[in-house]
Amino acid sequence: MSAPIQIDFGEAARPPVIGIDLGTTNSLAAFMDLTGPRIIPDPAGERLTPSVVHCSAAGEITVGHAARRLLVEQPERTVYSVKRLMGKGPADVEGELRLFPFRVVPDSPSVIRLELGGRQFTPPEISAFILGRLRRNAEAFFGREVTQAVITVPAYFNDAQRQATKDAGRIAGLEVLRLVNEPTAAALAYGLDKRKEGIVAVYDLGGGTFDISILRLHEGIFEVLATNGDTHLGGDDMDNLLLAIALEDLASEWDRDLSQDRVAVQLLRRAVIAAKERLSFVPVTTIEFDYQGRGYRRELTRPHFEQLIAGIVERTLGPCRNALRDAQLKVEQIDEVVLVGGSTRIPLVRQAVRNLFRAEPHAELNPEEVVALGAAVQAGILAGSLQDKLLLDVTPLSLGIETMGGVVEKLIHRNSTIPASATQVFTTAVEGQRNVLIHVVQGERELARDCRSLARFELKDLDPLPAGMARIEVRFLIDANGILSVSARDLRTGRQQSVKVKPSYGLTDEQVEAMILESYQHAQQDVRERQVREARLEADRILAAVEKARLDEAYLELSDAEREAVEQALNELLMVYHADDHLLIRAHIEKLNRVTARLAERMMNRAVRAALEGTKL
Amino acid sequence: MDAPESCWHCGQPAADSLFCAYCNRLQPPAPDYFRFFGLEPRLALDPEDLQRRYYELSRKLHPDRFLAATAAERQYSLEGTAILNDAYRVLRDPVARAEYLLRREGLEEVSPGRRTPPELLREIFELNEALEAFREDPRAGRAQLDRARERLRALRQQADAELARLFRLWDERRERGRLEEVRGVLERRRYVSKLETQLEEALSDVGAHPD
Repeated sequence: MSAPIQIDFGEAARPPVIGIDLGTTNSLAAFMDLTGPRIIPDPAGERLTPSVVHCSAAGEITVGHAARRLLVEQPERTVYSVKRLMGKGPADVEGELRLFPFRVVPDSPSVIRLELGGRQFTPPEISAFILGRLRRNAEAFFGREVTQAVITVPAYFNDAQRQATKDAGRIAGLEVLRLVNEPTAAALAYGLDKRKEGIVAVYDLGGGTFDISILRLHEGIFEVLATNGDTHLGGDDMDNLLLAIALEDLASEWDRDLSQDRVAVQLLRRAVIAAKERLSFVPVTTIEFDYQGRGYRRELTRPHFEQLIAGIVERTLGPCRNALRDAQLKVEQIDEVVLVGGSTRIPLVRQAVRNLFRAEPHAELNPEEVVALGAAVQAGILAGSLQDKLLLDVTPLSLGIETMGGVVEKLIHRNSTIPASATQVFTTAVEGQRNVLIHVVQGERELARDCRSLARFELKDLDPLPAGMARIEVRFLIDANGILSVSARDLRTGRQQSVKVKPSYGLTDEQVEAMILESYQHAQQDVRERQVREARLEADRILAAVEKARLDEAYLELSDAEREAVEQALNELLMVYHADDHLLIRAHIEKLNRVTARLAERMMNRAVRAALEGTKL
Repeated sequence: MDAPESCWHCGQPAADSLFCAYCNRLQPPAPDYFRFFGLEPRLALDPEDLQRRYYELSRKLHPDRFLAATAAERQYSLEGTAILNDAYRVLRDPVARAEYLLRREGLEEVSPGRRTPPELLREIFELNEALEAFREDPRAGRAQLDRARERLRALRQQADAELARLFRLWDERRERGRLEEVRGVLERRRYVSKLETQLEEALSDVGAHPD
């Protein structure tokens, strides 16, 4: 469709690649502008999207601020902090689920399924709703389709958690160009504008996870030297401590056990979070909770709060020391410390960082936005707009295989720069053996049962040979996303050997494919909405152009009939503008285009004349 | 994964380089660590030069640079960067580098723990005594353990100095006998490190559970 009276300068040929921080508490998207990374607001202008998903009785999905409001009214239909469940099995999260209001369907030991409003969802599907929302926000912002993204993950995420995040992207219709570790992303955002050199430590304490990363910045290369962390440590743990105290108070003051009342617990959780956040700025505050006509007030001083969370803050220091040791650095060699994550607003946390690193930590960039900004920087690197920058990240956990007696043989050590690879030759133990099973684990412990099981790989259809004669070389490759793949080759024949993979946790490829298909069906509604939105954007453009043209002298040169036709087409388009029918809107755009063709021609002639006269001067 | 004689893309002789000299396409990576870095096989390397080469190669090879390339190039970039990273990890560490070069020259390491180096027997005996005393009474045994720790550190540093000297000698003359000497020192050094690990574990065990 042509809009003759606007001069189109042509948008960049490449569709925008967005950077997404898929957080425990909040998620946000950013993109690389000509001037640097920028947050993409939602249509209402909000920068953060709460990582909350609600499913109504009719199966309608609500995401973000609206879902967070529904969390209080319908906690059993609302999921929050789903990031804590990514890449986990039901047994992993048993203790934790007691704190969540939603139900887990006892089904498979390798995947968690949540029941919401009669439908069942896996954590990647829930995350996909959040990603889908961010994607649509970005599409409304750019006025065009967005299909590629960089998504951040905690540095200490294992293979299954990374795979689950990538699956979530695919289900949301996004091609995930890269998973970037959150602290590394933060370092990218910090190191971009200034030509920084030296050793930087990034301390990242978020809602649910803690990461520490140590990097060397040198001539645009961001080389991670070591990373460490705890995927189960964050602001949520502080909230739970406060919640427990408040519930105990209420049990004695009101003589009621509210811990089973989901609505009350959600309201109380909000109240303690608000109090926690205020305490970062004032020395004393009050937890305020009103429920069923009764009120509960409890004063909370900063010293008392600090005493409560001291253990949590202390738990972050061990990983910091381990990272320093792995990087073979002393505290004095750290040039700068960067703070990331909402929990680093807490004065005690800052104090602990200051004491450990003996340096004043940086927090110039908003700690809740810096990771998304860094993801946008990486998106810019991948799109080719930042050629001089390069990120070299590491794998956080050692990769090994289970050998005789359940002992782990490590093949790729933690803090190895990725991509990283290792090869190992396997043989058979019994005459005529046709397949070999390889159990791959991730972790630092000696025994396989103490590590995280990643997958079982089966070498199939081996040629029958005497025991010990087969020689199968297996290659383990961790890609730049921190995700493992395995290939095998028969050394005797040189033939590629087929490998069958059974992931210990998470979804199989077929399951993800099925979910993508299903999301397409659900997405038909979304497609209609998008078509309407796009038609309105188009209408906006022509309406603005016609408004401007009406002020041009060329407009007065039109006949009365011509002017009337323009006015009428304009009014008609305004009338159908809010209809949910993109074909109707497009038809009226077309009509307005037609009746303004002569106007456009005249304006163009005038412009050309003016230009020619200009050159004569 | 062996380097082909001719470029997969234009068919011209691709020789030994990462990129085809004619069409500049990325080639399947060669797995030799020294060759990958464009270095002669040497035992003594300048760490700064190695780091410079590593960064330079990373900029050229990293998968970030090949997102829009053909599937074959994307795969070569992934595998090539994995080899580059593995190679850098090995070559920048003098001990790992020497072990790699020995294997490359066909000198398999003596399987670890099969034979205790006789010159270390006294050291092992004294360390065990110190450990026993320390476990019985951490306060009183601490001084003895600290002395053992110092001696082990000195032994390791002595081995490192010997290695550095042998590295230079081999690089100059390439006499196989030198490599066998290197292997002997590496074995001793490995044993010393193992004792040091034992000692540190004993210390952290007691540190973690102070009675």
